[in-house]
Amino acid sequence: MTISSATPEMRWSDAGGLQAIELHAVHKHFGSVQAVRGVDMTISPGEIVAILGPNGAGKTTTIDMILGLSQPTSGAVSVFGMQPRQAITKGLISAVMQTGGLLKDLTVGETVEYTASLFARRQTVHDVLSRAGIEGIADRRVGKCSGGEQQRLRFAMALVSDPELLALDEPTTGMDVEGRRSFWAAIRKDAEQGRTVLFATHYLEEADAYADRIILLRHGLVVADGTAAQIKAMAAGRTVRATLPGATEDMLRGIPGADTAEVRGETVLVHATDSDAVARYLLTNTAARDLEITARGIEEAFLALTGDETEPASGAPSTGALS
Amino acid sequence: MSTVPSTFTADLKARRAPALGGFNLTALRLEVRRLLRNRRTVVITMVFPVVFYLLFGLHKSYSKLPAGHGNIAAFVMISLALYGAVFAATSGGALVSIERAQGWSRQLRLTPLSPPAYITMKVLTSLILGAGSVAVTFVVGRLTAEASMPGYLWIVTALCVWIGSLLFAAFGLFMGYLLPTENVMQLMSLILAVLSFAGGLFIPVSQFAPAVRDIAKWTPLYGLNQLVHTPLLGNGVDWTWVVNVLAWLIIFAAGATWRFRKDTARG
Repeated sequence: MTISSATPEMRWSDAGGLQAIELHAVHKHFGSVQAVRGVDMTISPGEIVAILGPNGAGKTTTIDMILGLSQPTSGAVSVFGMQPRQAITKGLISAVMQTGGLLKDLTVGETVEYTASLFARRQTVHDVLSRAGIEGIADRRVGKCSGGEQQRLRFAMALVSDPELLALDEPTTGMDVEGRRSFWAAIRKDAEQGRTVLFATHYLEEADAYADRIILLRHGLVVADGTAAQIKAMAAGRTVRATLPGATEDMLRGIPGADTAEVRGETVLVHATDSDAVARYLLTNTAARDLEITARGIEEAFLALTGDETEPASGAPSTGALS
Repeated sequence: MSTVPSTFTADLKARRAPALGGFNLTALRLEVRRLLRNRRTVVITMVFPVVFYLLFGLHKSYSKLPAGHGNIAAFVMISLALYGAVFAATSGGALVSIERAQGWSRQLRLTPLSPPAYITMKVLTSLILGAGSVAVTFVVGRLTAEASMPGYLWIVTALCVWIGSLLFAAFGLFMGYLLPTENVMQLMSLILAVLSFAGGLFIPVSQFAPAVRDIAKWTPLYGLNQLVHTPLLGNGVDWTWVVNVLAWLIIFAAGATWRFRKDTARG
């Protein structure tokens, strides 16, 4: 028997430690190019995770291995405890690719019908078309659809097997701001039912806005893994701003957790990795008031983490084709 | 009362792979519909054989001359049905090329559809279109009441042409995996026209110059063309025809398998 009205939390409460995605020491080489250089990754059922990184970081290579489209050179990939291909045949995984993957001479409805016919468990064509917001163009030839409509069609095709894991590889490339927003609204709404969502993006704001967790890739390695807030703090720390008459920069720099400090009249700015400690100190040990804590934008965090100043000596992929 | 499994683990257990590697009639129907949407394919497989028959088979001085158990009109009709069926078979296989170019093959790898089921679907699509082509040609041949052969030969010959066209389903698949282009059928039309001439579908090989005739006998439509006319002519099977068909079948099938393996190798 099953509980059909389960909330996402209840739904995953008894997953028995089974992970949606597990990567162990995964390497992928293309000839002498090392696209992925030892990635470990564990994603729990129900998480919405962004793989963020610049072009050539290994995002697509990683997703292709999770989807079983390519095999790791070494290391192990499992999805819901099975081989990716097995998970695909059971309809557990589906994906929205960046481009291609559509037949121009079929209609939108026929494309979904065709895809649905290949799975043992499937949802009705009408249902997935309406969830993707394209029920109005079911009879339109795919070749006549706009880029945004085609992307929604790919989304509809991905929903048709009612997958547990939805992988999206830079799904909004080439879409305008409004198209992107409504596309993500549809994904987000869908994920509320407890689906695991993994998406690759190089749009920082997209990762920040739509993911619960961000895995930052750079040159085929995971360089950061955490919530958007953690990522931002990790790279950039936070700035604690307060009104504190009579403070000196030397005194402020002495506060536990503080990195740098600046005094502007009565206003002090303390830059800190552990901003909580600094704030606690200021409020309990000094007369500071009007406390304000700000993080640097994720854009800056991203640049700080993926910048090339600590570039490894060799083996870094540089071709965009590997992104 | 037994323990209540979570919806998640129960859901995972309930999931299964589709039967027959994903092969199904809905997809097959859509494949056929796609082929029928291609105007070039429809014209060449359904219209060309009929028009050619009306132009070159009917009311000619030779039309009513005897040919084996029937007449020349029947002979011409069979040749043109073979042309249509071969084109249909090639079209079905060559769809692969278009699908690879448009990224559909990659998309299908994200579904349970197995490679054998995919190939089976392509071959059946070819056969369905080929059956339509042969049927249209034979029906027109019958209605115009000039082609003549015993009743059973209409059926036997139609089946020979239809099943024989499978040789070109293998050819289409080979070309489909070899040529990654959306315009593969333009090239195929040309190649098939040349092979049809060489195989004697339009003009009997016996009327070629001796040097050309010797070359023509090695081409892939020659043996098949001879074999499908054998029931009508009742002249017995020459073993070189069989060797021709089998040799080309092996070449096409091996080529298709080789390219297919290369294509589906998961790097």
